[in-house]
Amino acid sequence: MEKKPVMLKIDQVQCHNENYATLFFNHGIEFIPGQFVMLWLPEIDEKPYTVSFHSKERFGVTVEAKGRFSQRAVALKPGDLVGVRGPFGNGFSFDAHANVCFVAGGCGIAPLAPMIESVPGSKTIIQGARSDDYLLFKDRFSGSDVHYCTDDGSFGQKGFVTDALADAMANNMFDMVYTCGPEVMMKKVFDLCEANSVRCQISLERYMRCGFGVCGACVCGKERVCVDGPVFESQQIRTLDDFNKKALLKSGKAVTLNDYFSWRSA
Amino acid sequence: MNVNFLGKQLKSPTVLASGILGNSFDILERVHGAGCGIVTMKSIGPAPRDGHNNPTVIDLGHGLINAVGLPTPGFRHMDEEWEDLEKRDFPLSASIYGGSVSEFVEVAKFVAEKGPDFIELNISCPNSAKHGMLFGTNPESSFDVVSAVKRVTGQIPVIPKLTPQALSIGEIAKACEEAGADALCAINTAGPGMLIDIESRKPILAYKKGGLSGQMIRPIAVRCVYEICQQTTLPVIGLGGVTTGRDAVEMIMAGATLVGVGSAVKSRGIDVFSTITRELAQWLEDHGTTLEEIRGAAHG
Repeated sequence: MEKKPVMLKIDQVQCHNENYATLFFNHGIEFIPGQFVMLWLPEIDEKPYTVSFHSKERFGVTVEAKGRFSQRAVALKPGDLVGVRGPFGNGFSFDAHANVCFVAGGCGIAPLAPMIESVPGSKTIIQGARSDDYLLFKDRFSGSDVHYCTDDGSFGQKGFVTDALADAMANNMFDMVYTCGPEVMMKKVFDLCEANSVRCQISLERYMRCGFGVCGACVCGKERVCVDGPVFESQQIRTLDDFNKKALLKSGKAVTLNDYFSWRSA
Repeated sequence: MNVNFLGKQLKSPTVLASGILGNSFDILERVHGAGCGIVTMKSIGPAPRDGHNNPTVIDLGHGLINAVGLPTPGFRHMDEEWEDLEKRDFPLSASIYGGSVSEFVEVAKFVAEKGPDFIELNISCPNSAKHGMLFGTNPESSFDVVSAVKRVTGQIPVIPKLTPQALSIGEIAKACEEAGADALCAINTAGPGMLIDIESRKPILAYKKGGLSGQMIRPIAVRCVYEICQQTTLPVIGLGGVTTGRDAVEMIMAGATLVGVGSAVKSRGIDVFSTITRELAQWLEDHGTTLEEIRGAAHG
């Protein structure tokens, strides 16, 4: 089936704060939490974004204003057209009755949010950001056990999500930890999980082109992040050599994650 | 299904088309593990290049349209990858491109020292005005590139990849043969084509136009391989829309020795290489024949 971008009209733009806005579309998509879409702004660019809100007839994509594309995306208004391809990728998986924990750093809460909402029963959520301004979706998960941390202590506990996770693990037997955020944070979360024999699912980000596994732009080790991921489980993570180490630039050059992320935020 | 190609033993007559995956050692190794006979690196150019902005690749269902635009780290900036590749245990083709004969030579000379099993010359990419197709649409410039590269690549077989946009692909093939090419690869993407989004009234691809690949171009590819085999006796890697074992049979009957696979990775997954090999072997067995016997059979 042909999969050109479908032009969708923005129904609502919700500005969370000066850093983040969510674009809402009144359009039903077949979606598994953790999957992403490619957003196209004609004559500008096309970029992958995870779906952060989803219901039968509506979905939302949360954008952090940082680069050429995203600055324009957050300035869009209701009625503006955006091209959407997808959803792509595998999404998170869930075993019924599992006791689960979610660990999010910064905008890493975006892909986890629809997953949090789709998991029934009680769950633990640990959400961190550098400061209060960067904490998204506060009050969205009422009814769950939510722990907030900020690097500067401006909201919740001062410190890192990994410290909060270590504390939570001391008091809970989790069956699965879902995490998304800076890769160095996810690596620490994964290491904690391994040390405590808890299964883990991470969601990775790489520069993408096709979105369906042919161009190779987003490879991480042997895996194509766009179709084999973006979600990877413990068993795969153990052999994912480039996790928390290397990523490819637009040219295909493999560089350290520091170099990669300084290029991405430029 | 063992095949001999230019003195190398291959475990399958399938070849990973350049531009598909091929961005890193790990993924090339995985493709080999998925049953591919020769894996081809994404085309390597003379200087770092980002390629085009997105959208660069769109799935049209019956094939793809792409204008990725020859991104490359540049041959001098791939030290780690070359180190990994020297330790490989699989047949590797390094695809290269340049913006002039001297750039082709510069890249080819460096790459040859890294010891790939084959060097593919991309004289056929439609997605850059100054590279690729510019050379492969003209017999004289094809001859110039191939003969110059042959002088610096020693024993490594050189395989020009041809474009269906040439006025006569058979003439290009003949020019390459006269220049000393060891084999040929055909075809690169066809077209180029264009998609326009009718709501925004804009071309979808950032480069506006892009090469067509996949099942929709298979008849063009089969015709090109057929014409090449009328004009030359060089072994040919036939590609363009090969998706099933039957497609491979057709390509081989047109005269191909090996079959390239690219867009079918989208429709049938990375295991498409072992799948096509198995389907091809089954077809040969069902018909009580062999690869050698059907090669070029359509020429009568």
